[in-house]
Amino acid sequence: MGTSIHELSMVTVISKRIVDFFRFMGSQLIEAMEVSGFTLVLLLESIYFTKNAISKHREIFKQMYIAGVKSLVVCSIVALFTGMILSLQAGVELMRFQQQAYVGDLVIATMTREMGPFMTAMILTASVGSAMAAEIGTMKVSEEIDALIMMSINPVKFLVMPRVVALSIMLPVVTVYTNFLGTFGGGIIARFQLNVSFDTYYMHVLDSLRFKATYVGLLKSFVFGIIISSVSCAQGLRAMHGAIGVGKATRSSVVLSFLLVLIIGYFITAIFYGKQV
Amino acid sequence: MIELIDVYKTFNNKRVLNGVSLTVKKGETFVIIGRSGTGKTVTLRHIAGLAEPDSGEVLIDGVRMDHAPMRVKDTLRQRMGVLFQSGALINWMTVRDNVALPLKEFKLLPEDEIEEVVSDRLHILQIADAADKYPSEISGGMKKRAGLARALVRNPEIILYDEPTSGLDPVMSSMINKLIRDTQQEYGVTSVVVSHDMRSAYEIGDRIAMLHNGTIVQCDTPDGIRYSTNPIVRQFIEGNLMGPIDVE
Repeated sequence: MGTSIHELSMVTVISKRIVDFFRFMGSQLIEAMEVSGFTLVLLLESIYFTKNAISKHREIFKQMYIAGVKSLVVCSIVALFTGMILSLQAGVELMRFQQQAYVGDLVIATMTREMGPFMTAMILTASVGSAMAAEIGTMKVSEEIDALIMMSINPVKFLVMPRVVALSIMLPVVTVYTNFLGTFGGGIIARFQLNVSFDTYYMHVLDSLRFKATYVGLLKSFVFGIIISSVSCAQGLRAMHGAIGVGKATRSSVVLSFLLVLIIGYFITAIFYGKQV
Repeated sequence: MIELIDVYKTFNNKRVLNGVSLTVKKGETFVIIGRSGTGKTVTLRHIAGLAEPDSGEVLIDGVRMDHAPMRVKDTLRQRMGVLFQSGALINWMTVRDNVALPLKEFKLLPEDEIEEVVSDRLHILQIADAADKYPSEISGGMKKRAGLARALVRNPEIILYDEPTSGLDPVMSSMINKLIRDTQQEYGVTSVVVSHDMRSAYEIGDRIAMLHNGTIVQCDTPDGIRYSTNPIVRQFIEGNLMGPIDVE
């Protein structure tokens, strides 16, 4: 009798845990859908308000300055060293077959197709996107967004649209810059560690510089700019409960942007290069 | 006229407004008092259309603010000014730009007239010296005055004040009270003030309503509240620890 009561209580506990698990999963799913819907609507509203971009040109230029000029130092360092690492890793393998002259082909293809847009997106997510989420989140919890609404000023038009426009313009621009620097970094390694002359290296770089790789890379950058800015602004606008909420919004904006950049990046690659496999 | 009819609101399974009904007459200063967390600010946010009731109605001159389309809300809000508890100044703009923002955004006046109006408001509120400073460079009291200047700059018909004197010294509190009174008398503005500062409530209010546990327990003239026999009101205005209000 005692055993059956024990078994019964075990079954009750297990079934309660299963119910709790599904309840938790359900609530997470609902929240994920809410966030996705909110972000998408925010993006569509931003696109609609681009008709006011001229009247908001000062704010757009300010955001472009923050996203572009203020990120140049960190972008330069990362791009230079990424190019150097790429060149060294590829060069070591190519040297085994005495084919190190082709290192330029590999560096330029990798930088323009993938590393340039991806790396720039990562840097700008961490520096600019997180700052956007924190700034807008702080405005939300300190009632500044409410104050805008009470003045009949649409926060999407006033805050989000200029950031989305600025980042979608600046991310491709910074990507071109990182591609240049990455290739230059690769050239330094090719010259001083792989004994490939600058002339040979750059001849191979120019030879392998494909128009398709360039425009697909820039398209990726443009899409990443939209993703990072809209996700960061959406997370900021959803911030609640003071400083803790702002911290949570900032962290979520970085994590979500990273994930979306990776996933969308894959799909863009698959669309343009998938058929070649 | 502002009307709240049987408004209910729940946040995270906690009922904040439990059937609030009140009427604010045109041109009067209506003060809502009550302990922290009793739903005073939530009531104000319903009037401003920043929160939607679970049930009940919020009417501004007979037009429903609750669940109204954004266009209707914007039209109603253009007749309102709000002083938020912290001032809610846009942090990257100077005090002058903050005050000018509602005028500049909609190009309501020529640039030189905007400058004139803004300077005038800043002068009245004694913050002209801080005009070119950023919100992070000024005190809490100055932020509040700058927020008030911004609320007044469009000459609104309705002004909502969320704790206008909290965090201010007694002299500055009296100055803000006088300004609220003068604005009401001079322009016939309808004001709703949320406060737990009883001195301020007696000084500025035409009528005072006490909110407790999400319901209005008494709505009366300042003297009616001052000499109230309602034990909840008495405990609140006298600041007693013992009484029907749970201080836990």
